[in-house]
Amino acid sequence: MAKVKGEIVVNTERCKGCELCVPVCKEQTIAMSPNLNSKGYHYASSTNEDCNGCTNCALVCPDGAITVYRVKLN
Amino acid sequence: MSQLLTSEEICQPENMVYHRTCLLTDAALSYCPGCGHGTAHRLIMETIEEMNLQADTIGVAPVGCSVLAYDFMDIDMQQAAHGRAPAVATGIKRLYPDKFVFTYQGDGDLAAIGTGETIHACNRGENITIFFVNNGIYGMTGGQMAPTTLPGMKTATSPFGRDTATMGYPLKITELIANLPGTYYVTRQAVHTPASVRKAKKAIEKAIQYQKLNKGLCFVEIVSNCNSGWKMTPLESNKWMEENMFPFYPLGDIKVPK
Repeated sequence: MAKVKGEIVVNTERCKGCELCVPVCKEQTIAMSPNLNSKGYHYASSTNEDCNGCTNCALVCPDGAITVYRVKLN
Repeated sequence: MSQLLTSEEICQPENMVYHRTCLLTDAALSYCPGCGHGTAHRLIMETIEEMNLQADTIGVAPVGCSVLAYDFMDIDMQQAAHGRAPAVATGIKRLYPDKFVFTYQGDGDLAAIGTGETIHACNRGENITIFFVNNGIYGMTGGQMAPTTLPGMKTATSPFGRDTATMGYPLKITELIANLPGTYYVTRQAVHTPASVRKAKKAIEKAIQYQKLNKGLCFVEIVSNCNSGWKMTPLESNKWMEENMFPFYPLGDIKVPK
């Protein structure tokens, strides 16, 4: 069992669909949504429960679209 | 506690470990998807926020893709004529020696039309910090060849690749100014991976701290991608940058204080 659990919140209107966050996610949590935002970009979204809140995706996001949360599990 | 936490339970303000700095305005960045400018903006603003320098910082915006930096950075900004940002920053710093003064320039601004201003500001040892984003191309005007364009690299004005016999060699301006006695700290970083982002942020922190010592000019080059100008996807352009740009523009500190 993972000792930490994370969650990302993507600002879908700010995301430009550059996909830089996809390969840096070691847990393969992020994928591009089939849906479009108002600018016509496929935005990044969290697809599973494996996020550990490492913040890699948020660090490489040029538009600062990702907010990361992390909790320690007892 | 079990692992059955819901998203709502995790996404509480006290659990937040990373968020967009409040020193970036809500305006949508005008950069192409995947452009390193956005990351560079964020790192500089994050560092200024962490050092609590918002009220004491004056930035100088260049001409180029980042000409609208004053719309995105929530600090005092001045926009300079093309290439003249180091000269404008010199004046600001001499009038307000207690402020943190920086310029944010691209390679067309700093290494082409502004070469004279850059070299002389560095040589005078002005106590300013220069952030130099180098993507080897004129991005805003449509991908023309810049002084920093690599040999053999195809651009709108070198469609068969840069021929050094007729077009000359790329200008390594960072190495050039590192030789000048007026510079105090010169480094080259990148922002394409999480590790490089962390390193670049440390370099930016140093460049800001060193300005308080009044020992000379701090210069941080950030090698970046230009996926629109290079005609690649963001991920392809980052790979191309690692394979082609980094051998010519090696990352790391070039001049560190003794």
